[in-house]
Amino acid sequence: MSREVEVFNRRLLRARDAMDRAYAEPLDVRAVAAVAHVSEAHFIRSFRAVFGETPHRYLQRRRVERSMFLLRETDRSITDICFDVGFTSRGTFSRTFREIVGETPSDYRVGHGPMVVPNCFQVAFMRPVGRRGWRCNRAVLETPPRRPLPSIRVVPIKSRRGEDKR
Amino acid sequence: MIRKLSVTSVWVLDKDEALDFYVNKLGLEKGQDIKQGAYRWLTVRVPGDAGTEISLEKPGPPVQDEATAAQLRELITKGALGGVVFVTDDVRGLYETLKERGVTDFTQEPADNFYGTDMGVRDPFGNAIRILQPKKVAHEAKA
Repeated sequence: MSREVEVFNRRLLRARDAMDRAYAEPLDVRAVAAVAHVSEAHFIRSFRAVFGETPHRYLQRRRVERSMFLLRETDRSITDICFDVGFTSRGTFSRTFREIVGETPSDYRVGHGPMVVPNCFQVAFMRPVGRRGWRCNRAVLETPPRRPLPSIRVVPIKSRRGEDKR
Repeated sequence: MIRKLSVTSVWVLDKDEALDFYVNKLGLEKGQDIKQGAYRWLTVRVPGDAGTEISLEKPGPPVQDEATAAQLRELITKGALGGVVFVTDDVRGLYETLKERGVTDFTQEPADNFYGTDMGVRDPFGNAIRILQPKKVAHEAKA
């Protein structure tokens, strides 16, 4: 692996961390791509190649994991939790939750209580993979030889400045 | 019976850069820095806790062949390796201090949990670091 790829991985990780920090806010792909110093399309392609899933799917799992936490730990209504974690419609939240977790939010709440695992380990290790599994990751791994990442295109600082605002 | 954790390793891409981050930014102190042939035994530790060292190790021969080292570097920069957890008495104060020292790669700002307040940060290479301020437990008065 070249130094260039290492640096690019690190930039993508920085962008993924930015998504993690602002998981409840609307996904601004241009702003997140700017963190990695690439265009939107390049970011989505590269993110999938490096992390095995699209940024959208990553954020969905992040939000659903937090909603699982809130369902377990609080008495907040499911609608409030849906908006707390960044979904804008109860229907989309319930559908996504069920697709990823395998049961409805209300069924999940009934079946699960508070946990003693520290929060940072919950966030990392208890994030649901979803019933579809890690399909896109396997697709990447099963494509020999692995495709090289596209070349890095640096976005001018002037145009990034406005996009960084979330 | 095992009594204590003595040394654990963190994989880094550059030992000097790692030393600068862990000591000058994060606030640890340099432990061992000994050159033995081509190998540099470099450790950092929590100030005052000389019994537990973190060895900063760089992937590559003779521990790994180049192909394995490349895989390891990829995992480091993807943030896919495990991290370390430190304890502090003032996580919010430390958060401000880290920002003043130029640290920007926070994975999580200080947040309250049932066990205390913690935050997350990455080292320059992608390794995850958690810093926890444990919740104080009220001890019952003994008669």
